[in-house]
Amino acid sequence: MAKTNQFFIEREQNKYEVVIGLEVHAQVTSDSKLFSSSPTKFGAEPNTQVSLVDAAFPGMLPVINEFCVKQAIKTGIGLKAKINKKSIFDRKNYFYADLPQGYQISQYKYPIIGEGKVILDMTDGQKEIGIERLHLEQDAGKSIHDIDPTNTFVDLNRSGVALMEIVSKPDLRSPDEVNAYIKKLRSIMRYLGTCDGNMQEGSLRADVNVSVRRQGDDNFGTRCEIKNVNSIKFMQMAIIYEANRQVDLIEEGKSIDQETRLFDTKKNETRSMRSKEDAHDYRYFPDPDLLPLEISDEFISQIKDEIPELPDEKKKRFIDKFNLSSYEANILVSDIDTSKYFEEVIKNSDVKLATNWITGELFAVLNEKNLEISESPVSSNNLSKLINLIKDGTISGKIAKTIFEEMIEGDKDPQIIVDQKGLKQESDPKALEELINKVIKNNTSKVEEYKSGKEKLFGFFVGQVMKESKGKGNPQLINKILKEKLNG
Amino acid sequence: MTIDLKTVKHISKLARISTDEKKANKLANDLNSIFKFIEALNELDTEKVEPLTSVADTKLRLREDKFEANNIRDKILKNSPDENKDYFVVPKVVE
Amino acid sequence: MSDITKLSLNELIQNIRNKKLSSTEITNSFIERSEKSKKLNTYVTDNFSSALEAAKIFDEKPNMDLKLPGIPIAVKDLFCTNGVRTTAGSNILNNFIPPYESTVTQSMWDEGAILLGKLNCDEFAMGSSNETSFFGNVQNPIGENLVPGGSSGGSSAALAASLTPVTIGTDTGGSIRQPASFTGTVGLKPTYGSCSRYGIVAFASSLDQAGPMSQNVKDAALLLEVISKFDNKDSTSIDFKRNKYSSELTNNIKGLKIGIPNEYRVEGMPKEIEDLWKKGIEIIKDCGAEIVDISLPTTKYALPTYYIVAPAEASSNLARYDGVKYGFRSEGENLIDMYEKTRSEGFGEEVKRRILIGTYVLSSGYYDAYYLKAQKVRQLIKNDFDNVYNNVDAILTPSTPSSAFKIGEKTDDPVSMYLNDIFTVPVNLAGLPGISIPAGVDDKGFPLGLQIIGKPFDEQTILNIAYSMEEKINFKNNITDWWM
Repeated sequence: MAKTNQFFIEREQNKYEVVIGLEVHAQVTSDSKLFSSSPTKFGAEPNTQVSLVDAAFPGMLPVINEFCVKQAIKTGIGLKAKINKKSIFDRKNYFYADLPQGYQISQYKYPIIGEGKVILDMTDGQKEIGIERLHLEQDAGKSIHDIDPTNTFVDLNRSGVALMEIVSKPDLRSPDEVNAYIKKLRSIMRYLGTCDGNMQEGSLRADVNVSVRRQGDDNFGTRCEIKNVNSIKFMQMAIIYEANRQVDLIEEGKSIDQETRLFDTKKNETRSMRSKEDAHDYRYFPDPDLLPLEISDEFISQIKDEIPELPDEKKKRFIDKFNLSSYEANILVSDIDTSKYFEEVIKNSDVKLATNWITGELFAVLNEKNLEISESPVSSNNLSKLINLIKDGTISGKIAKTIFEEMIEGDKDPQIIVDQKGLKQESDPKALEELINKVIKNNTSKVEEYKSGKEKLFGFFVGQVMKESKGKGNPQLINKILKEKLNG
Repeated sequence: MTIDLKTVKHISKLARISTDEKKANKLANDLNSIFKFIEALNELDTEKVEPLTSVADTKLRLREDKFEANNIRDKILKNSPDENKDYFVVPKVVE
Repeated sequence: MSDITKLSLNELIQNIRNKKLSSTEITNSFIERSEKSKKLNTYVTDNFSSALEAAKIFDEKPNMDLKLPGIPIAVKDLFCTNGVRTTAGSNILNNFIPPYESTVTQSMWDEGAILLGKLNCDEFAMGSSNETSFFGNVQNPIGENLVPGGSSGGSSAALAASLTPVTIGTDTGGSIRQPASFTGTVGLKPTYGSCSRYGIVAFASSLDQAGPMSQNVKDAALLLEVISKFDNKDSTSIDFKRNKYSSELTNNIKGLKIGIPNEYRVEGMPKEIEDLWKKGIEIIKDCGAEIVDISLPTTKYALPTYYIVAPAEASSNLARYDGVKYGFRSEGENLIDMYEKTRSEGFGEEVKRRILIGTYVLSSGYYDAYYLKAQKVRQLIKNDFDNVYNNVDAILTPSTPSSAFKIGEKTDDPVSMYLNDIFTVPVNLAGLPGISIPAGVDDKGFPLGLQIIGKPFDEQTILNIAYSMEEKINFKNNITDWWM
């Protein structure tokens, strides 16, 4: 059972460790862009969310969005990181079709957020991943190469949207850890409401730095940066490909060039982006259109007051207060919507039952129907009603499952289903005794067998009584009375 | 220090300005005379001086997060050298 | 009315308010004179027919409460004007029609002014003689084949030639004050952060400021009052309490302390500049102000600092001119080829030179030695001024090291051209206000200016000093209309 997350690449003589660092680009949740008042909505018609500032018209100037600053600080607090009270916006200069200013406004030497950490729950225990920094920057537009055979089309809707670049230390050692790290980061930001974490829409993407070294080596190998990977699966595939490529080079006695590479998802391989190499001198300097960003203590403490309970703290509380296992707690806190749902359900119902029902029946249905918990066909209110019906003995667990099947079709109130279908549990001892007597009478030979020591048959009798009760008999009571009758 | 032809070509490339041999030579000359004049700065000891960040004696103002939902695509694209009505168009990018 | 175009801004306003002149009459006069003055090459784009229409509309329902009621004004072609071509003197913006208006020009139209046209300037305001403009040289009305100064050369020439009653320029290293000095006019560069940079084609963002150019100090005060405004579209705009510059203007400067910086006595300074400065000092004393010798020890490093900071910012500010979104494009085989052709054909030699200087000083391995060093020296230069302002209210210096020179005289030697700005550049580096007023002529009869540098946000004091001096100097520009 003790699964480990150790990940090595093995060759005949040598065993290699993979060292991974991630630069995650997370789109800040905000109504307007970082330095302009254009909307940020996803999926608009091309170039309809572009202001004169975003298209870099002559004489246009950036004015920073306070909320984006707040969002970055919030995220910093969520990463238990240092908030820098003074930070500076720099220009990163390079030419590209979807970069209308000819530079990206970013933060280079003095980012808004300094060192922090993220805790991963791996199957073989917790692991801490260091955060190097978080800074604010502008997104670029989008180049579209496949509309026209000879031209590239440019859509600037994304141009100027606020991004947080979150740089990890080279602390990750396996594709599994990368998976856990991205999910944890996403979870923290979704709790905070600072990034929606939607990878399909590109709200979360990463540059992946990969190097390899022989097991036991202290020095890092030469790293390659794989640009702009937009799903966890692709990150993992790219890492495995890239690490193997580097190991092969070492095994062949060749050296690794420090370079930027691109992951080709169709061919499942990384390849060099040489065309970008010669333009790699970004000539960073402080943006003279902006002043240093100064953040007051009041501003920070005001933001601190708005920080909700985050997954790590929530997990601890669930374990301490509700006696959940670490495993259960992890599942329930990993996504903010799940934890919200859970907490709504347990407001008025039993925690243990709620845990089982959510992680069991509900998750199975969501999985099957490919739904998010926020789209759950059963509301938290109705699930808590169902749990209460079980708890107070109105229905049995078995009947509850039947009712649940029905609830899925249009979020029905379980009480109404019970009433309409007469599914209320039979808990009248006299009525049950009658049924039991009937079963005993009809199965005299089995009763003999039982009495002569074949105790396994007890289950058979329970089943028969249940059948007679049309599944509505209270199982605890049936057990109790049957035992008295058979043993008496 | 002197700026040689290779350097002129390198910075021209960075600045996306094409320069032929003749021009590069003249530029190298001009730049050298300008840098000779600039290098007077080396006389000054600035080790303990903090670089100036801005002469504007004010703090960075923060804007409220409000969007203006006015689609001005026509205005934005009107000056563009290509006549496409939805996109900016550039020659194919070769990766 | 003898000659409408010779009236000052304040006189024109008075005549309009008294209904002695209509906006249409005034606008017509300036248009007529401008039409006869094409040889000066001051206009890049005229707006004459629209201006006449606007004048007519004003006259039908005149609002005399406005500060610039129905006054036609031509502006430097660095200000973006809604629907009117804006070139910045460059081929790369040759066909650019902005769908927006700069804050500064909008403030003028809001006060009743009418756009007469767009005035020639050095390409992207990079130059001191207007010779780098894609649209050709501008003639100084002072004399044939003389440069009008730069970069606001079209503005200074149009003003001196009475083609516009006042004008606005921009000043990054002296581009308002130096051409004012070369043409016998008044030019004021406000404190950095006074006038919004929104909608002004950027040259060097940390240095650029718009400012008034006029025939006299009173006109400059009025125009400054209109254009100096806090603007939340510019993050470097400063929200300070502005004076009512024109109504608070006074010639009483008794008791003010005026500093004379020792370091401005540069080696090889022509005697006539030296004499002019002495004359200025005497006038200041006559006005009842006190002269104080001061020291600005870092002065000699200002120009080298400027030639790092300004090109660095420019190299980045001008990256947006890439043939993609607006302006000139030269077709290329691929994207990079298109960029390189567009930018090498679209920009002139001086602009390219400065882009390359800027690219170099920011490039990897040189940033600390040049850009960072320059920003440190810039701090020292600012400190120099901060220190002396504990003891003096303003500083008096010459505006330029020479009078207007001949067209072509300095085009082959960039460094000698740069030296033109030796007295004006420190003011931009420190973000201070400075005004140049005509104070005399040299042996050739060409005008020379004196510069008064003020404390930050204290435009009123330098205007008052200039106003007092102007009265005593009583300078008369000798314009013969030689070009007509």
